[in-house]
Amino acid sequence: MKTLGEIEQRLQDLRRDQRQNPLAAADELLGLAEQIMAHWLQSKDRVPTQEKREGFRLLALHRQGCIGDPSFNACRESCRELLYYHNLLHGAPEHAEVNSRLSMARAVALHLCLFVGGKMQDPELGDFCCSSRPLHTAGMVTA
Amino acid sequence: MSDKYKTVAYYPGCALEGTGHGYNRSTKAVARKLGLNLVEVPNWNCCGAMEVKNIDPEIQNYLSARNLSIVAEKMSIDTVMAPCNGCYHNLKKVEHDIAEKPKTQEVVDRLSQKAGHASYQAGEVETIHALDWLKEAIGEDGIRERVKNSLKGLKIANYYGCMYTRPRNIFPEKDQGGDSESTYQPHYMDDLLRAAGAEIVDYPLKTACCGGAHTLADSDTSTKLVLNLLQTAEACGADVIATECPTCHSGLEMHQVRAETEFGIKTSPKMLYFTQLLGLALGLSRRKLGIHENVSDAKELLKQKGLA
Repeated sequence: MKTLGEIEQRLQDLRRDQRQNPLAAADELLGLAEQIMAHWLQSKDRVPTQEKREGFRLLALHRQGCIGDPSFNACRESCRELLYYHNLLHGAPEHAEVNSRLSMARAVALHLCLFVGGKMQDPELGDFCCSSRPLHTAGMVTA
Repeated sequence: MSDKYKTVAYYPGCALEGTGHGYNRSTKAVARKLGLNLVEVPNWNCCGAMEVKNIDPEIQNYLSARNLSIVAEKMSIDTVMAPCNGCYHNLKKVEHDIAEKPKTQEVVDRLSQKAGHASYQAGEVETIHALDWLKEAIGEDGIRERVKNSLKGLKIANYYGCMYTRPRNIFPEKDQGGDSESTYQPHYMDDLLRAAGAEIVDYPLKTACCGGAHTLADSDTSTKLVLNLLQTAEACGADVIATECPTCHSGLEMHQVRAETEFGIKTSPKMLYFTQLLGLALGLSRRKLGIHENVSDAKELLKQKGLA
């Protein structure tokens, strides 16, 4: 498994490389997204699931990642958007907009990587907004 | 156009009196132009945003409940409109918590009594966002009928941010099917700006994290997240990122500058509040809409597109 830094670098490289085979690229992006989720889970001492949800392991991994940490839902739409583009690319690999779809899939995968990487450095990323929790609980008082 | 939301209590919140002043100005200008009445909540206080929430979430709930109490008790209006996602989120959250958590009602009752005003009870006031307000009170047809200066030729990526849709449980009116707003794929801003003639690009990061609350604590994470938002909008062909929250807007503007100074990466999309864009379409001037108050300078772009 690649490190998060290597995944980010690969995604940045893919953004600049427009000559990829769309189906292979779609599969690689999905694989990288699953690895990103696996990093998050392993940082929580959990074993990444091999199960699938709605036909995709990525969604099962994301769901697993949210357990006990609802702010992880901040990347729910990114996971679903990536699958949306994955399905579009597989469903119509000859489509006139294939390059633009691939470009969007890369952007979404990169965002997933940046968010999860950021959250591994700072676990409170997303707490205030996406789970409506306080950012800092140390020293909190109660009315 | 419906009579619903023709008159609403207006809760601008702190940001609209500071960094988001252009949003405040354009919201009021659009209301005047459309014949809608915004009645500012008298003696409103901070919603508690993140500062008070970080010290005591129940006091933050009380602060938001006090604003709702003023609307219920002093204004004889049953709807409050908050244009800021943070304020909107916090007002929705206290509504949810009062209904679901006895502890919240108990704290709100106790502090309200101590402060000498009526305690807010769940259901007395409906909280809406500026998008709900214009979508319902005017709607797409109403916008189309009133367009004087179409946004045709302007490509827009709509960025909704996170607090407009998350967490889902505090927004029970969303995800109801039909034309209701979606937490997965919000579309109200798309609908309104499309009706004003704009070309809405398919933007896959419309609710993705910008690192907002960590802007100062961890600027590099925020800058990288925002840079990806900006580069993706650029890749979508967007001239403009439309916003509906002063915090999102400031974050995008600030980190666009920081991405250039720290990482040497320049991006082209301009940030404009959706009310500024609607105002332009309705024939209002840039100055009336506070576009000159934005950090992101859209003057040349708007001139090129015949909108200034």
